[in-house]
Amino acid sequence: MARPTASERVLASLADTAEFTLDALAKHGIDHAEVAVGIGKELEVSVRQGEVELVKEAQSSGLSIRLMRDDRVATSSTTDLSREGLEAFVARAVEMAEISEPDPLAAPPDPKELVRSWPELDLFDPRTDRIDAKRGLAMAQQAERAAFKASKKITASEGASFSRSSGHSVLATSGGFLGKSSGTYQSLVVQAVADDEGGKKRPGYFWTGGRFFSELERPSAVGREAALRAVASIGSAKMKTGVVPVVFDHEAARGIVGLVAGCVLGDAVYRQRSYLGSRVGSVVASPKVTLVDDPLIERGPGSRPYDGEGRRVKKRTVCRRGVLETFLLDTYSARRLGLTPTGSASGGGGVPHASTSNFYLKAGRSTPASLLKGIERGLYVTRMMGYGFDPTTGNFSRGAEGFLIEHGEKTRPVSGVTISRNLDELLQGIDAVANDLVFKTSIASPSFRVDAMTVAGD
Amino acid sequence: MSGPLAVDHALSARILSEALARGGDFAELYFEYRRAASIAMEDGKVRTAGGGIDMGVGVRVVVGASVGYAYAESVEPEDMMRAAQTAAQIAASSATVGPVKIRRRRLGDVYPVASELVDIDGASRVALLRRADAAARKFDRRIKRVDASLVAVHKEIMVVTSDGYSAYDVQPMMRVSISVVAKNKRRTETGSSGGGGRQGIAYFDEVSPEWHGEEAARVAIVNLDSRPAAAGAMPVVLAPGDSGILLHEAVGHGLEADFNRKRTSNYTDRIGKRVASSLVTVEDDPGLPGSRGSINIDDEGVVPKPHRLIVNGVLRSYMHDKISAKFFGKRPSGSGRRESFRDVPMPRMTNTLMSAGTEDPQDIIRSVKRGIYAKKFSGGQVNISNGDFVFSLTEGYLIEDGKITAPLKGANLIGNGPDALETVSMVGHDFALSDGMWTCGKDGQSVPVGVGQPTIKVDMLTVGGTDT
Repeated sequence: MARPTASERVLASLADTAEFTLDALAKHGIDHAEVAVGIGKELEVSVRQGEVELVKEAQSSGLSIRLMRDDRVATSSTTDLSREGLEAFVARAVEMAEISEPDPLAAPPDPKELVRSWPELDLFDPRTDRIDAKRGLAMAQQAERAAFKASKKITASEGASFSRSSGHSVLATSGGFLGKSSGTYQSLVVQAVADDEGGKKRPGYFWTGGRFFSELERPSAVGREAALRAVASIGSAKMKTGVVPVVFDHEAARGIVGLVAGCVLGDAVYRQRSYLGSRVGSVVASPKVTLVDDPLIERGPGSRPYDGEGRRVKKRTVCRRGVLETFLLDTYSARRLGLTPTGSASGGGGVPHASTSNFYLKAGRSTPASLLKGIERGLYVTRMMGYGFDPTTGNFSRGAEGFLIEHGEKTRPVSGVTISRNLDELLQGIDAVANDLVFKTSIASPSFRVDAMTVAGD
Repeated sequence: MSGPLAVDHALSARILSEALARGGDFAELYFEYRRAASIAMEDGKVRTAGGGIDMGVGVRVVVGASVGYAYAESVEPEDMMRAAQTAAQIAASSATVGPVKIRRRRLGDVYPVASELVDIDGASRVALLRRADAAARKFDRRIKRVDASLVAVHKEIMVVTSDGYSAYDVQPMMRVSISVVAKNKRRTETGSSGGGGRQGIAYFDEVSPEWHGEEAARVAIVNLDSRPAAAGAMPVVLAPGDSGILLHEAVGHGLEADFNRKRTSNYTDRIGKRVASSLVTVEDDPGLPGSRGSINIDDEGVVPKPHRLIVNGVLRSYMHDKISAKFFGKRPSGSGRRESFRDVPMPRMTNTLMSAGTEDPQDIIRSVKRGIYAKKFSGGQVNISNGDFVFSLTEGYLIEDGKITAPLKGANLIGNGPDALETVSMVGHDFALSDGMWTCGKDGQSVPVGVGQPTIKVDMLTVGGTDT
């Protein structure tokens, strides 16, 4: 048998701590408990105008519990993982349950519903922790240099930074579930600034990130792209108020997909904070729209081998060709709604709640460029600003930046406008979906076009 | 005691010496002990009671504008020493720094709290939420659901600096939030209300739980009759209090000195220049009694003072932390803040306020032929490098022929900070501080802030609505 890796040893020690805590809780006569314990390492370095700005390095750990006694729930967390510390912590947490009111629906899943094994999703890169500050700084410097080199119009830099993190965590429940998982993530970010003729600053931002170090784009490419984005927005101005077709590039598009994600979660539905609350089985989007939640993507940024309650996870089609098929549910929200849990819980060790894993709009066949075809006058959105969305009504209105579309071409940069339309109508107005889906973020989307939105400008 | 005072000056001095073992301009230790208690009530039922303790120390070593940072989640000497050694890596000389002699700085207290909410028994805290819940439901039969929460935090910090000072502060915080759903035959709408600050149970003597319940209900009922907002550019009257968030976002961030040191703010090189209408005077005041943004000491150990940022339209000063102050040859303004011991401090706002003018608020509304009256906001975002901002309205009205008329469906205000301030044409005499509910985010760090302003009229802002 192979010797345990460093990672496996860390997980074994976390599991010991979790089991110790469960035992300590059991002595207080609780009905149920879940314990989450994790340990993380992080490095963050940044440079600006070639000089080192920050080197930050740390290791952190923490433990959190949710417990039920007489059907009453309490949650608590601590960073003191010593045995004496944990015993005192558990005693205080048990007392807190007295404040809550009995809520039998809050009980964890039946032990029969918990998984004993799960797939290996390749979420941990052993190389990540070994990237030291010197290497990170070199990458950041390279990226920033590339930004300045890409255009003479780059006048300043917000800086470039590299960060990495790794985490190991264990979830143990009184129902007998013991899950161990680990993951890594690293990213490189550059923000370059160009000046307009009038002296107005135009920032350009670009980043690369991934669970594996080898997935990162080259630093010089990241810096160059940030610079090109800043330069492309020089001279940007409002456009005239009107109702026009709008194309979202894949980054702006995921902002829209994220809003839908928030409206299909069990908590939002039972709290009456979703305009989709009574819409399962009905048309909520155009036939071009298929939305998927897939926790099982290898190396996926939002992947998870089991859910936050120890249930099996699986790929779910939430909306198929415009028809809403299911919500994403943890145990509690499923019980409140009289539905079956979908294994979508996160927040184990606290109050579990449904969350998306890798949630995306399925790619279509169009090329991104073809989305602009036939648009006499429209808006190409690359970035949205502000928080103008009401999940209860679906009303949507946010600031937008991008480019004016005239006769099927991007003609000049636009900023300082808002785009508005109720999300329900917006989704039903999606008339073309492009093929440029990438899983760089846990919520992802290809570019798409909406037949009409209100643009408010001059 | 388990707080930062458990670490004595001699031990702090040893850790600081270790942090500066490879040189550096200065170093500081930021001890934090944080105890939180929260209650979440869902639809009239306490779903969960939570709480937790967090404790640790952050060690920072500064060389020029370069920062080495590390933290330990305990105050065990060996853990703190290790953090000091990690932070020290930023410096690379063989300089040795002798032991530091530390004196305690005496501080004033603008938020003395006799009875902190975090220490009040659970049943009493639940009772407060019940009162809000009942008031909201009683307000109108169309109120169908009430969610309420109460979060209380007791935080102790101690900052020890290598120039030989320590400062200790207790920073209490509480916040109540009520959120309701109203329904009629056709529509479902929501409303919310919240408040708090660096206060204790006494807060509720000033602002009752019932008030918050009724206020949340009132907004939801108003929104049942709202209609789509107009789209396009028009005059906007900002109501007193909460609208200060617009000032915070659109102007405040651009005046944080780190952005100006980096030359990425639109206010770079503008000190002494006119940046707003002459009616506009803005200050950042850390000393408002009990306010959410107030601090007795900043997170770098500097005693903060109120500082005027814009006076009669002319840019007077930036907000400085130690690094930017040194760069600009100024004294730090006590604006160095951080979310926790895990984070580096940077220039941040405390309570950002626009001073009162002389106009009668009614006259301001009467002066608008067709425009918007903006009363409540859910939040905003700014592009710091050029001041472009977006704010989402949760309560707003149409102004027609000088009168407030129909309520509007959530719309956005979009504009540019400097441009908007240039077109401020009327300022009311009715200054009001927003009840404490705002949290400011910057570089991933959240800190509580306060905002306040009188009624003001901005001649032209773009309103994002659907009605063209």
